[in-house]
Amino acid sequence: MSNKFSKQQIKHISQLAQIPISEKEADNLARDFTETLDVISNLQSIDTKNIEPTHQVTGLENILREDNVDEDRMLSQEEALSNASETHNGFFVVKHLLENKDA
Amino acid sequence: MLNKLTLKQAIDKLNTKEISLEEIYEDTNKAIADKNKDLNIYLTLNTKAKDQAKLQEKKSLKGLPIAVKDNFLTKNLRTTASSKILENYLPQYESTVTKNLQNAGGVIIGKTNLDAWAHGSSTETSDFGRTLNPRNTDYLPGGSSGGSAAAVATDVCLAAIGSETAGSIRQPAAWCGVVGLKPTYGRVSRYGTIAMASSTDSPGPITKTVEDAAIMLNQIAGHDSNDATSSSKNIPDFTASLGQSVKGLKIGILYSEISELTDTNKILHEQIKVLESLGAEISFAKALDPKLAISVYTVVQRSEVSSNLSRYSGVRYGKERSQFGDEAKRRVMLGTFTLSKGYADKYYDTAQKVRTLFRQDFEKLFEKYDVLISATSPGYAKKIGATEGSAMFGELEDMLLEPSSITGLPGANVPMFKDIETNLHLGMNIMAAMWREDLVIQVADAFEKNSKWNDKKQ
Amino acid sequence: MLLKKIVNGMTKNSKDAINRASKYQLVCGMEIHAELKTKSKMFCGCKNDPFGAGKPNIYTCPVCLGLPGALPVPNKKAIEWTIKLGLALNCKINLFSKFDRKHYFYPDLPKGYQISQYDLPFAYDGSIETSEGKVGITRIHLEEDTAKLVHKQIPSSKSQIPKRVSLIDFNRSGVPLIEIVTEPDIKSAKQAKEYSKKLRQIMRFLRLSDCNMQEGGMRLEANVSLANNEFQITNSKQLPNYKVELKNINSFRFLEQGINFEIKRQAEILEKGETPAQETRGYNANTGKTFVQRSKESAEDYRYFPDPDIPPIRFTEANISELKANLSELPDAVISRWEKSYNVEARYGLELTKSKNLATQIDEILAEASMQKLDCNKLASFIVNGKLKIQVNPSPEMERVSNSAKQNVIGEVLNKFISLTQTDNLDESELEKVIQEVMAENPSETERFKTGEKKLLNFFVGQVMRKLGKKVDMKQLASILNKTLTSW
Repeated sequence: MSNKFSKQQIKHISQLAQIPISEKEADNLARDFTETLDVISNLQSIDTKNIEPTHQVTGLENILREDNVDEDRMLSQEEALSNASETHNGFFVVKHLLENKDA
Repeated sequence: MLNKLTLKQAIDKLNTKEISLEEIYEDTNKAIADKNKDLNIYLTLNTKAKDQAKLQEKKSLKGLPIAVKDNFLTKNLRTTASSKILENYLPQYESTVTKNLQNAGGVIIGKTNLDAWAHGSSTETSDFGRTLNPRNTDYLPGGSSGGSAAAVATDVCLAAIGSETAGSIRQPAAWCGVVGLKPTYGRVSRYGTIAMASSTDSPGPITKTVEDAAIMLNQIAGHDSNDATSSSKNIPDFTASLGQSVKGLKIGILYSEISELTDTNKILHEQIKVLESLGAEISFAKALDPKLAISVYTVVQRSEVSSNLSRYSGVRYGKERSQFGDEAKRRVMLGTFTLSKGYADKYYDTAQKVRTLFRQDFEKLFEKYDVLISATSPGYAKKIGATEGSAMFGELEDMLLEPSSITGLPGANVPMFKDIETNLHLGMNIMAAMWREDLVIQVADAFEKNSKWNDKKQ
Repeated sequence: MLLKKIVNGMTKNSKDAINRASKYQLVCGMEIHAELKTKSKMFCGCKNDPFGAGKPNIYTCPVCLGLPGALPVPNKKAIEWTIKLGLALNCKINLFSKFDRKHYFYPDLPKGYQISQYDLPFAYDGSIETSEGKVGITRIHLEEDTAKLVHKQIPSSKSQIPKRVSLIDFNRSGVPLIEIVTEPDIKSAKQAKEYSKKLRQIMRFLRLSDCNMQEGGMRLEANVSLANNEFQITNSKQLPNYKVELKNINSFRFLEQGINFEIKRQAEILEKGETPAQETRGYNANTGKTFVQRSKESAEDYRYFPDPDIPPIRFTEANISELKANLSELPDAVISRWEKSYNVEARYGLELTKSKNLATQIDEILAEASMQKLDCNKLASFIVNGKLKIQVNPSPEMERVSNSAKQNVIGEVLNKFISLTQTDNLDESELEKVIQEVMAENPSETERFKTGEKKLLNFFVGQVMRKLGKKVDMKQLASILNKTLTSW
């Protein structure tokens, strides 16, 4: 069973995750991923038919809040912007984006 | 040397006015000055700690100095998760755990080092340098709460807060020879704790004694309306489990069959006789292969990490995603892969189904046993540099803890042995069913008070 | 609309365009987003009022700013409203549901993922009736809105030349947003418009969204492609092998124009034997054309998985029944009820159900008018045509106005209506006498009428009116006249 990871795959993932990587990093990651996928390949040997997944362990359901405004937790504009790299007139600033985005 | 007192001793002595809070801070600050630079425990010290302490003296924790892992947000006190990305981050709000701690009279003395983003079991992958094991500085303290465990082991605080996703409290506690208690998932609020794997993250205490852990847990546990996964179950007084007889308790010993553990298991089986002599009924139990839990955890954790770290972009924290460290990059990318189109079925979905098998396995075991015990870590602390070139280092070290982590169970590490030559410790991992921290504390306390290895303690 | 233009122009090219357009059938499904007007945001207690805020970044907290360690807790009301809309659109409700994380990177999305719903939306499989047939509702799900981006030039610290940047305001981040997705059932641009308007009316009627298009409170997207009638008519299930997403449209009119433009554009491409590119396009109202916003080279990969921070949501049948019982009557039902009980024509009903407040008020007026045996259809027509003005209370608080005050308002409206339609009482014998006089004075007209020249009736009505010197009910007069004239 081959879990060999190609550099091509690594680069695709790097794009999806928005983590820029160098050629050398891509090589290392391809090697690491191959190693990791070998370790976790035992998952495929388990019969999971008719088994429900466990996404949470508490068994909680319907944990909802009433529609009330919580002023205590709201931040002032100054606090909201306090760790930003750049601000302008109360806004966060980012480099110019296409005016009409698609998402 | 008042910094060497346990939390309980200090509270008692302050109550009888035998000692003063100032004396404690004097000794603690001296210890910090002596050791912090070499061991690299605190990333940020709270310069106002002593002043804050004076205002807390009347509350139950008396203003005593507590170390807090640097992945808990502390308002206006730098919080980095040991990552370059958050190097200058001053939180705008306070985590529920540190809020509870301070409401109970605890004072944050400093923020402790961890594996960056809590990704690891060594505290070697911190973007701000590794922490050394105070028991022997050639060795790693374990992780990811290595800074907190080291802080307790070397008395630069009276108690500490850590967080565990899969072993991150118990394993460094074992390597540093201290007590670490991982509560049931949902028992302690995650609000304001920098998320690692959201479905398993559990804040908890790292302390000098089981008693101290019970005192700390009393203060930080409880429902939080800001965390939808926090439980609204009643919080018992965990100190009520201290000093209770373990007579008649059914204890199952896990993982005796694993060959890699032979040496460690020999010690475990020897030490567990202490509990047998106290009347507990001990037998060997068989659980699902923990190597399978490594796989479940690896997939679930990477997947959730890739999602949780998506928020760190240049816009609000000023650092670009390229500045993630190697380990964070590796985990984010693997998680992106395990969730991606065409692979989510094979990895993410399958892992969550196998996770169900682990839950069912434990449910069955706890019909027969009150608590389950194993070694905490396969062996002693590893030497510095051990993580290099091993993508799965942490998972292998945490193998014995991951089954209980992915199922949300409570567990504690209690030191069970010390190697005289290296001064390094081995720990015992005591686990119980969901919400049964009381049983964990009861058995851990009984072992701690009655085991012989303590005689060798300095 | 486009076709009409072409017909008027009638050049050779445009004739070809008509031929092409009729050869292809529009295949269109819509995705509409609307912001819910809850008091607080979807997953935190921040004030939900992005348009009223006045200043940027003043309604934020750790949760909607995506700060480290912050956790979401869902707004119960927003969930209930989503289910209500589902019930109103005849949807099935998922009794077990959950929130999922949808991952993509954009500066208006603070967490790098949007909390949305993937495989278990709250509602699915419903429909809306339009005059051109049923539009199937695939699903309705609930998610959080993104922050608002403003594109601007600001002074640069490094040089004299201002720099172009994008500014982010998180007041809108985390506002509850519902998405309503249809089947590709829409067959014309006009139908797309009708569907969208009807959906807006229903959401306004349920008072769960203001659907303000200009402010982005309601956003329209149409997936547009063409099927070749010649080949595909036998198998209507087979969808075209491409899809153009028409996005960011902020008016119904532009939606219609944009789709019509696409029909023409795509038909031209298909006619050349090519396939239109899979892409996202916007609509430029100034040029009347659509333009490429983004081409989809590779399929997106949102890496959905259940949000571990939010426990799943489970309803019982009883919960749903309760919501159903509390569901207010929808516009279509109101219109047909008025038609049945009060003889109010549907075209007036449609106008008078534009908002819930208006409909509620009209309902009360009609009930009273009907009790007083007044002509309800005429009353409705007067209100629609502006002959009778009524004050529409802008807030639902109207319902809480005391009964006596409400009765006063209704009484006033009806009195005004009566005075507008008031007629003097007719004395039958007096009328008889006047008719006889008129007939005697106009023997030839009388003769012609009797032999079948019925259009002379109006002539007699006029003569009688003049002689009577009174305001009379025209209908009544005409019927008596007709009877007298023919039986004479």
